[in-house]
Amino acid sequence: MNALYSLVLVFALVLIALFGVGTAHMAGLFGTWLPYVAVAVFLVGFASRIIGWAKSPVPFSIPTTGGQQKSLDFIKHDCFDNPVTPGQTFIRMVLEICCFRSLFRNTSVSLKNGRVSYASSKFLWLFSLLFHYSFLLIVIRHMRLFFEPVPACIGFVEMIDGIMQIGVPRLYMSDLLILAGLGFLLGRRLKDPKLRYISLVTDYFPLLLIIGIALSGIYMRYFAHVDIVQIKALTMGLVTFSPVALAAAMKISVVFYIHLFLVCALLIYFPFSKLMHVGGVFLSPTRNMPNDTRIKHHENPWNDPNIKPHSYAAYEDEFREPMIEAGLPVEKES
Amino acid sequence: MADLPKADELFKSINYTPPSTGWMDTPVDTSPGNWCYPAKAEKLEYLGFPNPREWNPADVDWKLPENWQDIVHEGFKERLGKYRSLKVFMDICVRCGACADKCHFFIGSGDPKNMPVLRAELMRSVYRKDFTMAGKILSTLTGSRVMTEDVLKEWFIYFYQCTECRRCSLFCPYGIDTAEVTMMARELLHLCGVNINWILEPVSNCNRTGNHLGIQPHAFKDIVDFMVDDIEEITGKRINVPINEKGHEVIFITPSGDVFADPGIYTFMGYLMLFDHIGLDYTLSTYASEGGNFGLFTSADMMKKLNAKMYAEAERLGAKWILGGECGHMWRVINQYMDTMNGPANFLEVPKSPITGTVFENARQTKMVHITEFTADLMKHNKLKLDPSRNDHIITTFHDSCNPARAMGLMDEPRYVIKNVVKNFHEMPEQTIREQTFCCAGGSGLNTDEIMEIRMRGGLPRGNALKTVQDENGVNMLSCICAIDRATLIPLANYWAPGVDVCGVHELVGNALIMDGEKERETDLRMEPLPGKEG
Repeated sequence: MNALYSLVLVFALVLIALFGVGTAHMAGLFGTWLPYVAVAVFLVGFASRIIGWAKSPVPFSIPTTGGQQKSLDFIKHDCFDNPVTPGQTFIRMVLEICCFRSLFRNTSVSLKNGRVSYASSKFLWLFSLLFHYSFLLIVIRHMRLFFEPVPACIGFVEMIDGIMQIGVPRLYMSDLLILAGLGFLLGRRLKDPKLRYISLVTDYFPLLLIIGIALSGIYMRYFAHVDIVQIKALTMGLVTFSPVALAAAMKISVVFYIHLFLVCALLIYFPFSKLMHVGGVFLSPTRNMPNDTRIKHHENPWNDPNIKPHSYAAYEDEFREPMIEAGLPVEKES
Repeated sequence: MADLPKADELFKSINYTPPSTGWMDTPVDTSPGNWCYPAKAEKLEYLGFPNPREWNPADVDWKLPENWQDIVHEGFKERLGKYRSLKVFMDICVRCGACADKCHFFIGSGDPKNMPVLRAELMRSVYRKDFTMAGKILSTLTGSRVMTEDVLKEWFIYFYQCTECRRCSLFCPYGIDTAEVTMMARELLHLCGVNINWILEPVSNCNRTGNHLGIQPHAFKDIVDFMVDDIEEITGKRINVPINEKGHEVIFITPSGDVFADPGIYTFMGYLMLFDHIGLDYTLSTYASEGGNFGLFTSADMMKKLNAKMYAEAERLGAKWILGGECGHMWRVINQYMDTMNGPANFLEVPKSPITGTVFENARQTKMVHITEFTADLMKHNKLKLDPSRNDHIITTFHDSCNPARAMGLMDEPRYVIKNVVKNFHEMPEQTIREQTFCCAGGSGLNTDEIMEIRMRGGLPRGNALKTVQDENGVNMLSCICAIDRATLIPLANYWAPGVDVCGVHELVGNALIMDGEKERETDLRMEPLPGKEG
């Protein structure tokens, strides 16, 4: 049901763009003003979420340790799963963010022959990586629309992405892989009863929205063969703050506006959603802190010095007589 | 345990298919057996906690304060401002489900609300309603809900079905730690006077008598004297145990569970024998006679208050450093909280083993060393005379306690010690040990008998792993470094792997240790005949 709601929402967005540009001829609104608003909302929203998190202190150092601590010389320290120094912690974070280290540990439990059994389960890790890296490649490729001349590094990424040299226009691997990744992520959400049970509208919506973006992009490139020169004129107009004339904008296929509108929707939705995990993972105290609190002091800004233990004096006052009787040393004899 | 189903029946009852109703529409079961007994009013009064009263979770009326919703809302807001962990963990979960089947309570019950993701959603749903714009406007679409009395009851049931073991956190791609969420939820419940006696009675005992079990100083001395008698009977040596004495180099602090009941007492005897053998200049304390800290399961403030006794007593007695016994959550507090809360303890010195000269650089700041670090170092330097054949009747495996494993990383030190004193050692399956270890299902103050079925369900993964090595390797002893484990793993083993006993690591050390001037031993520390001495 939640999946269906999300699908309806994404279709509604497509229709808005279709009628907005195709019928109501509002290419100026969809091609100029909305992208500006979307980028502004994204940047301000993203930054304010990060600042919001950063405003709360980290009172305690609470890394989740995933390996042997550093202790005695003859015991081998697992320095990247249980880091002690800032450098080791940095590598732990790189492994987490670039290689999805924790997800790589994934197992799945089943009950077989009266036993609990654990199977390695790396598909989630694999398809998540495919999705995220394809997305990254696609974003980098799109940067060619915002530079004139196009920097060599972007050309290089395009070259690598199309290295299989299939078809005209050349097929980008990332286009297929992102669909494979998204398809898997959506498929498992629908298929696994446990996941379906926990999935909210806000879990399906971004998946379907990104699928919509990918499909409309693929359709433009491989099937509709939209006029890329006019699109680039429009995007360059945006980055140079000199938007193209409405007449020029209206010449671009409506598919482009659907694609662009969905991207704008994603940008606007992003800071208010779980997609902020992109920023949040950097701030997760169980991952980004070294396990060094027996070695170095960690300061809690709201530590309350007025919290004192029940004092020894009060303790002895209560138990002095039996203590003396038992022969235990006391501070005051009576 | 009368109405506990048989192990195989319980196993067959586990079903991982969620119910047909959505989780927000599935009412919480508050019938007896699903909750721990509420805290007694007198304990709350003693501790100065709000809303002391007689109440019963099975009743409809929980006698909450009139403005309890405001209390929870304000408490939630305050904690979002104090803990980045809470704020980030409320916001960034993508519900990927990687944690779902990592929780022992889910594996043993199939109850979807025991999936860590859903346990946290119980709180997130309220967070979204109260603190996010989207949640305020679009409730259903964002999975938000109003904090009602039913939601509060659900919190009480499920945040007391989390042992704060952090296994889910290990597997989470963002490190979201349900222990952190559970701690916050429990703090909010405390504000309304909703809490359990099994935690608050030990807390109030610990505050007053120095230990969770409420052992008073003279009784503590008596118990130690009994142990000294037993040691004399077994080894022929009468040892001296300093208590509350000033001017010793080391103060030794261990959980009071080790003083109170077997098999913990055998571990305690092991410590005492070891200290005597190496001539350690140490003292015990009755004022700081608790290594554990049920404050960790109560609130950050209570944890600090109880923990503060360790440094206070070390200072009063003029010790140079602190040696800590075998305990799980105690070491989470010492490793991740103690110095932050109550340090820096500059009156102490960086710990240095007086026997081997090893400086414990990894405890440079806290000045507190784990007993297995200390003993492993002694063994590495050949400072102990050991006869592992005295443990030949034991085929052992090792249970990593959650906190030393995932909040510290103390894993190879105890193994090193064990391998020096026992010949027969076998690891349980790799998904159930080290950082992936499974909880005993009685951690975080849940080791109480009224929820025995929940504990046995949560104990399934550990019990099952134990059964595996029992069947394959003939394991008959589960060793561990945690006093709660020594209490909880016994019913767990009886239920899931009958025939396996439980011991502390230093009990095995005590068995193997050849003390200077001891007589030829006939029995182990349990007074059972040694191998070859059965006749």
